[in-house]
Amino acid sequence: MTMPARSSLLGALAFIAVAAVAPWMPPWLVSLATIAFANALVVLGLIILWRTGLVPFGQALFYAIGAYAVALIGRYTSVRDVFVVILAGAIFAGIAAYLVGFLLARYREIFFAMLSLAMSMILYGILVKTETLGSTDGFHVEAGTFFGYRPQGVWLNLSIYWLVLGFSAVMAWLVSLYFRSVAGSLSNPIRDNEIRVEFLGISVDRLIHLKLVVSGILAGIGGALAALAVQHVDPAMAYWTTSGGFVFVTILAGAGSVGAAFVGSLVFELVRSIAIDLVPGEWQMILGTVLLLTILFLPEGLGSLYGRLRRRKDAAS
Amino acid sequence: MSDILVVRDIEKTFGAVVAARDISVVVPVHQTVGIIGANGAGKTTFVNMITGHLTPSKGSIHFENKDITGLPSRDIVRLGISRSFQVAQVFPTMTVLENMRIASAIANSRDSILDRLFRPIDAPGAVVEADAALDLFQIARYRHAKAVTLPQGVRKLLDIAMAVAGSPRLLLLDEPTSGISIEEKFGLMEVVMSALKTRRITVLFVEHDMEIVGRFADRVLAFYDGTVIADAPPKAVLADPKVQTLISGTQRAHVGQADA
Ligand SMILES: Nc1ncnc2c1ncn2[C@@H]1O[C@H](COP(=O)(O)OP(=O)(O)O)[C@@H](O)[C@H]1O
Ligand SMILES: [Mg+2]
Repeated sequence: MTMPARSSLLGALAFIAVAAVAPWMPPWLVSLATIAFANALVVLGLIILWRTGLVPFGQALFYAIGAYAVALIGRYTSVRDVFVVILAGAIFAGIAAYLVGFLLARYREIFFAMLSLAMSMILYGILVKTETLGSTDGFHVEAGTFFGYRPQGVWLNLSIYWLVLGFSAVMAWLVSLYFRSVAGSLSNPIRDNEIRVEFLGISVDRLIHLKLVVSGILAGIGGALAALAVQHVDPAMAYWTTSGGFVFVTILAGAGSVGAAFVGSLVFELVRSIAIDLVPGEWQMILGTVLLLTILFLPEGLGSLYGRLRRRKDAAS
Repeated sequence: MSDILVVRDIEKTFGAVVAARDISVVVPVHQTVGIIGANGAGKTTFVNMITGHLTPSKGSIHFENKDITGLPSRDIVRLGISRSFQVAQVFPTMTVLENMRIASAIANSRDSILDRLFRPIDAPGAVVEADAALDLFQIARYRHAKAVTLPQGVRKLLDIAMAVAGSPRLLLLDEPTSGISIEEKFGLMEVVMSALKTRRITVLFVEHDMEIVGRFADRVLAFYDGTVIADAPPKAVLADPKVQTLISGTQRAHVGQADA
């Protein structure tokens, strides 16, 4: 079997497995995995930029826009269908990414990172100052419906979990297709030598602009799903610590594979909730240690473990 | 024969430095033009202006009767002018094959973001072309080597092979043999020139070695202090007393020395 086919099959089986076991999972784990996989979509977007040598320190901007789009539609309209509101979140985040992209796509390295951070902090400031949107407290998000059906009780959480998994599977597949496209294959070349890319007839800025929009849409979908899952939005979703969390997970997962984003995000949420249980005051210290160990011993992230295992198996057989 | 390139009175200044001035050149299709001149004479500046890397401060450049003055390099590439660099511009962390596949895949895609989003990098056409290009430039046996590890000559050939992927009609080679030992220079130029001949590409190449110029060029432009002081067939230019005192003399002092 070819490499991509093997990876796709493995991925599909993994998604079916984590979807099937849900009814037997403890409710806290369902909630945790829901948020983890929603956030993994944001991380997929970071990986796209990361491979080009760009690290956005303000990706929470698009995450928050996706979330607030869902929340505002619930507040001011009668539209409740999850697919419609998520689509709206994706569109608004995509438009925002398209607009800031005109500025951001011209910058690289630390300037790109800081400008991205600055953009997210502007939104944070606006949300905090806006009393009608609950200021720092945020506000409640109306529960979604699935083609008119409104799940109740445990089924609500399970439905959202399956919804997140469905989006995750589709997005993971689309992103892996993207990585094998001409545009997606130009990440490494751009990082290596922009002059050569330009002299092959490609506008590097325009390509980075495209990557920004794609990553913005992914972050918007992640934020929209998170808002539906938590049923609450607040400005912290746009805060730099949220962006930092996405960068953290990207380092933990590694930019090598699509699947790693989901594993990495799940590990991150598990470590965080265990750390908060163990040492409520200093859980950041544990997360920091995990980050340090990852950088020291797994610089290519969790995703590289799979590659190492397979190589060992291939060598043995 | 029609003219593929018409350069009128171009000039380039960097502050007080005049890197190029009063340059007018008309190149008919299928001609091979050698460009000689000491370091700092303005050869690279000339190549940079034609390929859109620099915008002329004055004058105009027409390619196939189209005004390309001041266009960005990526647009000029797509119109049909390609180039290689004095310092080879490849993707160092990628293998030779990956480098070539990228170039072929871009050449095979239409100039639209959507097309490039939905076209797989390993589409059969581009893969076949990449393999053929590596064979044509005789670097196929390095296909799995990372570009950063390549010997200078191979890296230069890869740079040129990538430049040719888009089927340019005009190719500019900036010192294809710089940084390469004297024994290898002729071999490399043979490979390059015969490859370009089979594709009927018009070539402008910058070269310090007069023997190579004499062997491969139909015509020679001699640069001195930012301007063209001689423009004739190789024999005539090399016999020109002005060229002999201003360029050939200094040339010997520069043998084996690569400039930036
Ligand atoms: N970007 C630049 N900024 C300032 N001066 C430059 C620049 N590029 C070239 N020059 C100057 O222009 C002159 C011609 O340079 P160049 O075209 O590189 O010469 P050649 O390729 O013939 O060795 C030199 O004096 C060089 O210092
Ligand atoms: Mg030069």
